[in-house]
Amino acid sequence: MTLLAAVTIGIIRARDLISVVVLLGIYSFLMATVMVILDAVDVAMTEASVGAGISTVLMLGTLYLTRIEEARPVHSVVLPLFVAGATAAVLLWATPEMPPFGSPGVPVVAAGPDYLGRSVPDTGIPNVVTSTLASYRGFDTLGETVVIFTAGIGVLVLLKRLPRGGRGGDTNTKV
Amino acid sequence: MRLDIVLRVATKFILPLMLVFALYVQFHGDYGPGGGFQAGVIAAATIIVYGLIYGLPAALRIAPPGLVETMIPLGVLIYATVGVVGMLTGGNFLYYSGLAHDQVHGQEWGVFLVEAGVFVTVFSTMLAIFYAFAGRGR
Repeated sequence: MTLLAAVTIGIIRARDLISVVVLLGIYSFLMATVMVILDAVDVAMTEASVGAGISTVLMLGTLYLTRIEEARPVHSVVLPLFVAGATAAVLLWATPEMPPFGSPGVPVVAAGPDYLGRSVPDTGIPNVVTSTLASYRGFDTLGETVVIFTAGIGVLVLLKRLPRGGRGGDTNTKV
Repeated sequence: MRLDIVLRVATKFILPLMLVFALYVQFHGDYGPGGGFQAGVIAAATIIVYGLIYGLPAALRIAPPGLVETMIPLGVLIYATVGVVGMLTGGNFLYYSGLAHDQVHGQEWGVFLVEAGVFVTVFSTMLAIFYAFAGRGR
Protein backbone atom coordinates (compact mmCIF):
# COMPACT_ATOMS: atom_id res chain seq x y z
CA MET A 1 0.00 0.00 0.00
CA THR A 2 2.88 2.36 0.76
CA LEU A 3 4.38 1.43 -2.58
CA LEU A 4 1.03 2.18 -4.24
CA ALA A 5 0.99 5.63 -2.69
CA ALA A 6 4.60 6.25 -3.73
CA VAL A 7 3.91 5.19 -7.30
CA THR A 8 0.79 7.38 -7.43
CA ILE A 9 2.77 10.41 -6.30
CA GLY A 10 5.36 9.54 -8.91
CA ILE A 11 2.69 9.42 -11.61
CA ILE A 12 1.42 12.85 -10.61
CA ARG A 13 4.87 14.41 -10.32
CA ALA A 14 6.42 13.07 -13.52
CA ARG A 15 6.11 15.22 -16.63
CA ASP A 16 7.76 12.77 -19.01
CA LEU A 17 4.85 10.70 -20.28
CA ILE A 18 6.90 7.58 -20.99
CA SER A 19 7.88 7.32 -17.36
CA VAL A 20 4.23 7.91 -16.45
CA VAL A 21 3.25 4.91 -18.62
CA VAL A 22 5.91 2.74 -16.99
CA LEU A 23 4.77 3.85 -13.54
CA LEU A 24 1.18 3.02 -14.46
CA GLY A 25 2.34 -0.49 -15.39
CA ILE A 26 4.04 -0.80 -12.00
CA TYR A 27 0.85 0.46 -10.36
CA SER A 28 -1.18 -2.24 -12.15
CA PHE A 29 1.20 -4.96 -10.99
CA LEU A 30 0.98 -3.67 -7.40
CA MET A 31 -2.83 -3.71 -7.66
CA ALA A 32 -2.58 -7.28 -8.96
CA THR A 33 -0.59 -8.28 -5.85
CA VAL A 34 -3.23 -6.61 -3.69
CA MET A 35 -5.87 -8.72 -5.46
CA VAL A 36 -3.81 -11.88 -4.85
CA ILE A 37 -3.62 -10.98 -1.16
CA LEU A 38 -7.42 -10.62 -1.19
CA ASP A 39 -7.66 -14.13 -2.75
CA ALA A 40 -9.13 -12.77 -5.98
CA VAL A 41 -6.74 -14.52 -8.35
CA ASP A 42 -8.98 -14.12 -11.39
CA VAL A 43 -9.12 -10.35 -10.95
CA ALA A 44 -5.36 -10.24 -10.32
CA MET A 45 -4.77 -12.05 -13.59
CA THR A 46 -6.99 -9.64 -15.48
CA GLU A 47 -5.36 -6.63 -13.87
CA ALA A 48 -1.85 -7.87 -14.65
CA SER A 49 -2.57 -8.78 -18.26
CA VAL A 50 -4.84 -5.88 -19.22
CA GLY A 51 -3.60 -3.11 -16.92
CA ALA A 52 0.09 -3.80 -17.07
CA GLY A 53 0.30 -5.51 -20.43
CA ILE A 54 -2.10 -4.40 -23.14
CA SER A 55 -2.86 -0.89 -21.95
CA THR A 56 0.85 -0.13 -21.50
CA VAL A 57 1.47 -1.17 -25.10
CA LEU A 58 -1.50 0.88 -26.30
CA MET A 59 -0.40 3.96 -24.38
CA LEU A 60 3.15 3.65 -25.70
CA GLY A 61 1.68 3.33 -29.19
CA THR A 62 -0.29 6.52 -28.60
CA LEU A 63 2.80 8.29 -27.32
CA TYR A 64 4.60 7.28 -30.49
CA LEU A 65 1.92 9.19 -32.43
CA THR A 66 1.96 12.26 -30.19
CA ARG A 67 4.52 14.12 -28.11
CA ILE A 68 6.07 12.59 -25.02
CA GLU A 69 6.12 15.74 -22.90
CA GLU A 70 3.09 16.65 -20.86
CA ALA A 71 1.65 20.00 -21.93
CA ARG A 72 1.51 22.84 -19.45
CA PRO A 73 -2.02 23.30 -18.06
CA VAL A 74 -3.86 26.07 -19.88
CA HIS A 75 -6.56 26.75 -17.32
CA SER A 76 -6.35 27.43 -13.62
CA VAL A 77 -6.23 24.38 -11.35
CA VAL A 78 -8.82 25.75 -8.91
CA LEU A 79 -11.95 24.24 -10.47
CA PRO A 80 -10.54 20.68 -11.03
CA LEU A 81 -9.11 20.79 -7.51
CA PHE A 82 -12.51 21.77 -6.13
CA VAL A 83 -14.30 18.99 -8.06
CA ALA A 84 -11.77 16.37 -6.96
CA GLY A 85 -11.88 17.56 -3.36
CA ALA A 86 -15.69 17.59 -3.31
CA THR A 87 -15.88 14.07 -4.77
CA ALA A 88 -13.37 12.81 -2.23
CA ALA A 89 -15.34 14.46 0.58
CA VAL A 90 -18.61 12.83 -0.58
CA LEU A 91 -16.95 9.43 -0.84
CA LEU A 92 -15.38 9.75 2.61
CA TRP A 93 -18.70 10.93 4.01
CA ALA A 94 -20.47 7.88 2.54
CA THR A 95 -17.86 5.32 3.59
CA PRO A 96 -19.00 4.92 7.25
CA GLU A 97 -22.45 3.97 5.94
CA MET A 98 -21.02 0.85 4.31
CA PRO A 99 -21.39 -2.36 6.31
CA PRO A 100 -18.11 -3.58 7.81
CA PHE A 101 -15.99 -5.84 5.58
CA GLY A 102 -17.32 -9.41 5.69
CA SER A 103 -20.18 -8.70 8.06
CA PRO A 104 -23.05 -11.23 7.98
CA GLY A 105 -26.30 -10.08 6.40
CA VAL A 106 -24.69 -8.33 3.45
CA PRO A 107 -26.07 -10.00 0.28
CA VAL A 108 -22.59 -10.93 -0.93
CA VAL A 109 -21.69 -12.69 2.29
CA ALA A 110 -25.16 -14.16 2.83
CA ALA A 111 -25.49 -15.66 -0.65
CA GLY A 112 -21.87 -16.81 -0.95
CA PRO A 113 -22.06 -20.14 0.89
CA ASP A 114 -25.15 -21.07 -1.12
CA TYR A 115 -23.28 -20.71 -4.40
CA LEU A 116 -20.18 -22.37 -2.96
CA GLY A 117 -22.26 -25.38 -2.01
CA ARG A 118 -24.30 -25.52 -5.20
CA SER A 119 -21.56 -25.04 -7.77
CA VAL A 120 -20.22 -28.60 -8.02
CA PRO A 121 -23.55 -30.48 -7.88
CA ASP A 122 -25.18 -28.03 -10.30
CA THR A 123 -22.48 -27.48 -12.85
CA GLY A 124 -19.59 -29.83 -12.06
CA ILE A 125 -17.20 -26.85 -12.03
CA PRO A 126 -14.98 -26.52 -8.96
CA ASN A 127 -13.96 -22.93 -9.69
CA VAL A 128 -16.94 -20.99 -8.37
CA VAL A 129 -15.82 -17.78 -10.08
CA THR A 130 -16.15 -19.45 -13.47
CA SER A 131 -19.47 -21.12 -12.72
CA THR A 132 -20.90 -17.89 -11.33
CA LEU A 133 -19.73 -15.75 -14.23
CA ALA A 134 -20.58 -18.12 -17.04
CA SER A 135 -23.61 -19.95 -15.71
CA TYR A 136 -25.46 -18.31 -12.84
CA ARG A 137 -24.84 -14.85 -14.21
CA GLY A 138 -24.46 -15.73 -17.86
CA PHE A 139 -26.62 -12.82 -18.91
CA ASP A 140 -24.20 -10.39 -17.26
CA THR A 141 -21.26 -11.94 -19.01
CA LEU A 142 -23.07 -11.78 -22.34
CA GLY A 143 -23.51 -8.07 -21.69
CA GLU A 144 -19.82 -7.72 -20.90
CA THR A 145 -18.88 -9.47 -24.11
CA VAL A 146 -21.14 -7.10 -26.03
CA VAL A 147 -19.42 -4.18 -24.27
CA ILE A 148 -16.02 -5.40 -25.46
CA PHE A 149 -17.46 -5.91 -28.94
CA THR A 150 -18.81 -2.37 -28.92
CA ALA A 151 -15.47 -1.00 -27.73
CA GLY A 152 -13.65 -2.76 -30.53
CA ILE A 153 -16.12 -1.56 -33.15
CA GLY A 154 -15.87 1.98 -31.77
CA VAL A 155 -12.09 2.06 -31.99
CA LEU A 156 -12.19 0.65 -35.50
CA VAL A 157 -14.74 3.24 -36.60
CA LEU A 158 -12.62 6.06 -35.18
CA LEU A 159 -9.15 4.94 -36.18
CA LYS A 160 -9.40 2.75 -39.23
CA ARG A 161 -9.24 3.66 -42.89
CA LEU A 162 -8.72 7.35 -42.43
CA PRO A 163 -6.94 9.07 -45.26
CA ARG A 164 -3.31 9.46 -44.26
CA GLY A 165 -1.98 13.00 -44.03
CA GLY A 166 -4.70 14.38 -46.28
CA ARG A 167 -3.09 12.99 -49.40
CA GLY A 168 -5.54 12.74 -52.27
CA GLY A 169 -6.19 9.39 -53.92
CA ASP A 170 -4.97 7.51 -50.86
CA THR A 171 -8.38 7.04 -49.31
CA ASN A 172 -8.84 3.51 -50.55
CA THR A 173 -5.76 2.05 -48.86
CA LYS A 174 -6.51 0.20 -45.71
CA VAL A 175 -4.48 1.40 -42.74
CA MET B 1 14.34 -2.94 -32.36
CA ARG B 2 14.05 -5.37 -35.23
CA LEU B 3 17.82 -5.79 -35.26
CA ASP B 4 18.14 -6.64 -31.60
CA ILE B 5 19.24 -10.28 -31.57
CA VAL B 6 18.65 -10.81 -27.83
CA LEU B 7 15.06 -9.66 -28.01
CA ARG B 8 14.36 -11.67 -31.13
CA VAL B 9 15.71 -14.92 -29.69
CA ALA B 10 14.11 -14.39 -26.29
CA THR B 11 10.77 -13.67 -27.96
CA LYS B 12 10.97 -16.90 -29.90
CA PHE B 13 11.43 -18.77 -26.62
CA ILE B 14 8.64 -16.96 -24.83
CA LEU B 15 5.92 -16.93 -27.52
CA PRO B 16 5.05 -20.66 -27.54
CA LEU B 17 4.97 -20.68 -23.75
CA MET B 18 2.62 -17.69 -23.78
CA LEU B 19 0.30 -19.35 -26.28
CA VAL B 20 0.22 -22.60 -24.32
CA PHE B 21 -0.40 -20.65 -21.14
CA ALA B 22 -3.31 -18.85 -22.83
CA LEU B 23 -4.81 -22.20 -23.82
CA TYR B 24 -4.22 -23.52 -20.32
CA VAL B 25 -5.99 -20.52 -18.80
CA GLN B 26 -8.83 -21.00 -21.27
CA PHE B 27 -9.43 -24.71 -20.82
CA HIS B 28 -8.41 -25.00 -17.19
CA GLY B 29 -10.65 -22.09 -16.19
CA ASP B 30 -13.15 -24.56 -14.75
CA TYR B 31 -10.60 -25.75 -12.20
CA GLY B 32 -8.12 -22.94 -11.70
CA PRO B 33 -8.21 -19.17 -11.99
CA GLY B 34 -8.89 -17.70 -15.38
CA GLY B 35 -11.36 -18.04 -18.18
CA GLY B 36 -12.17 -16.71 -21.59
CA PHE B 37 -11.38 -13.07 -20.86
CA GLN B 38 -7.94 -13.64 -19.36
CA ALA B 39 -7.01 -16.24 -21.96
CA GLY B 40 -8.09 -13.93 -24.76
CA VAL B 41 -5.95 -11.11 -23.43
CA ILE B 42 -2.92 -13.37 -23.05
CA ALA B 43 -3.32 -14.79 -26.54
CA ALA B 44 -3.67 -11.29 -27.98
CA ALA B 45 -0.57 -10.24 -26.02
CA THR B 46 1.33 -13.04 -27.75
CA ILE B 47 0.55 -11.63 -31.18
CA ILE B 48 1.21 -8.08 -29.94
CA VAL B 49 4.66 -9.02 -28.61
CA TYR B 50 5.41 -10.69 -31.93
CA GLY B 51 4.30 -7.56 -33.74
CA LEU B 52 6.41 -5.33 -31.49
CA ILE B 53 9.59 -7.30 -31.99
CA TYR B 54 9.28 -8.50 -35.58
CA GLY B 55 7.34 -5.57 -36.96
CA LEU B 56 3.67 -5.06 -37.71
CA PRO B 57 3.62 -6.77 -41.16
CA ALA B 58 4.79 -10.04 -39.59
CA ALA B 59 1.96 -9.91 -37.06
CA LEU B 60 -0.50 -9.05 -39.81
CA ARG B 61 0.58 -12.20 -41.67
CA ILE B 62 -0.21 -14.42 -38.66
CA ALA B 63 -3.52 -12.78 -37.84
CA PRO B 64 -4.86 -10.90 -40.87
CA PRO B 65 -6.99 -7.88 -39.97
CA GLY B 66 -9.93 -9.19 -41.97
CA LEU B 67 -9.99 -12.39 -39.93
CA VAL B 68 -9.60 -10.44 -36.69
CA GLU B 69 -12.49 -8.15 -37.57
CA THR B 70 -14.68 -11.12 -38.42
CA MET B 71 -13.87 -12.71 -35.09
CA ILE B 72 -15.08 -9.70 -33.05
CA PRO B 73 -18.81 -10.28 -33.76
CA LEU B 74 -18.25 -14.04 -34.10
CA GLY B 75 -17.55 -14.41 -30.38
CA VAL B 76 -20.71 -12.56 -29.42
CA LEU B 77 -22.63 -14.71 -31.91
CA ILE B 78 -21.23 -17.92 -30.37
CA TYR B 79 -22.33 -16.73 -26.94
CA ALA B 80 -25.81 -15.68 -28.10
CA THR B 81 -26.25 -18.88 -30.12
CA VAL B 82 -25.62 -20.95 -27.01
CA GLY B 83 -28.34 -18.90 -25.34
CA VAL B 84 -30.79 -19.44 -28.21
CA VAL B 85 -30.03 -23.18 -28.33
CA GLY B 86 -30.84 -23.25 -24.62
CA MET B 87 -34.23 -21.77 -25.50
CA LEU B 88 -34.77 -24.36 -28.25
CA THR B 89 -34.14 -27.16 -25.77
CA GLY B 90 -37.05 -25.93 -23.75
CA GLY B 91 -35.56 -23.61 -21.17
CA ASN B 92 -34.87 -19.94 -20.74
CA PHE B 93 -32.27 -17.95 -22.67
CA LEU B 94 -28.79 -19.24 -21.72
CA TYR B 95 -30.29 -22.40 -20.20
CA TYR B 96 -27.35 -24.81 -20.40
CA SER B 97 -28.79 -27.86 -18.71
CA GLY B 98 -30.57 -29.02 -21.85
CA LEU B 99 -27.43 -29.01 -24.00
CA ALA B 100 -26.50 -32.60 -23.07
CA HIS B 101 -28.23 -35.65 -21.68
CA ASP B 102 -27.74 -34.87 -18.04
CA GLN B 103 -27.73 -31.51 -16.38
CA VAL B 104 -24.11 -31.34 -15.20
CA HIS B 105 -22.77 -32.21 -18.65
CA GLY B 106 -25.03 -29.61 -20.20
CA GLN B 107 -23.72 -26.97 -17.81
CA GLU B 108 -20.12 -27.93 -18.61
CA TRP B 109 -20.79 -27.69 -22.36
CA GLY B 110 -22.60 -24.40 -21.94
CA VAL B 111 -19.83 -22.84 -19.88
CA PHE B 112 -17.20 -24.19 -22.28
CA LEU B 113 -18.89 -22.75 -25.36
CA VAL B 114 -19.66 -19.45 -23.69
CA GLU B 115 -16.06 -19.08 -22.56
CA ALA B 116 -14.96 -19.84 -26.11
CA GLY B 117 -17.18 -17.02 -27.34
CA VAL B 118 -15.71 -14.62 -24.77
CA PHE B 119 -12.20 -15.73 -25.79
CA VAL B 120 -12.82 -15.07 -29.48
CA THR B 121 -14.28 -11.62 -28.92
CA VAL B 122 -11.68 -10.47 -26.38
CA PHE B 123 -8.75 -11.80 -28.40
CA SER B 124 -9.83 -10.17 -31.63
CA THR B 125 -10.89 -6.89 -30.03
CA MET B 126 -7.55 -6.44 -28.26
CA LEU B 127 -5.75 -7.26 -31.48
CA ALA B 128 -7.93 -4.98 -33.59
CA ILE B 129 -7.31 -2.07 -31.22
CA PHE B 130 -3.57 -2.75 -31.34
CA TYR B 131 -3.61 -2.87 -35.13
CA ALA B 132 -5.59 0.35 -35.27
CA PHE B 133 -3.05 2.15 -33.07
CA ALA B 134 0.07 0.60 -34.57
CA GLY B 135 -1.11 1.05 -38.15
CA ARG B 136 -1.51 4.79 -37.69
CA GLY B 137 2.17 5.39 -37.10
CA ARG B 138 3.33 4.23 -40.48
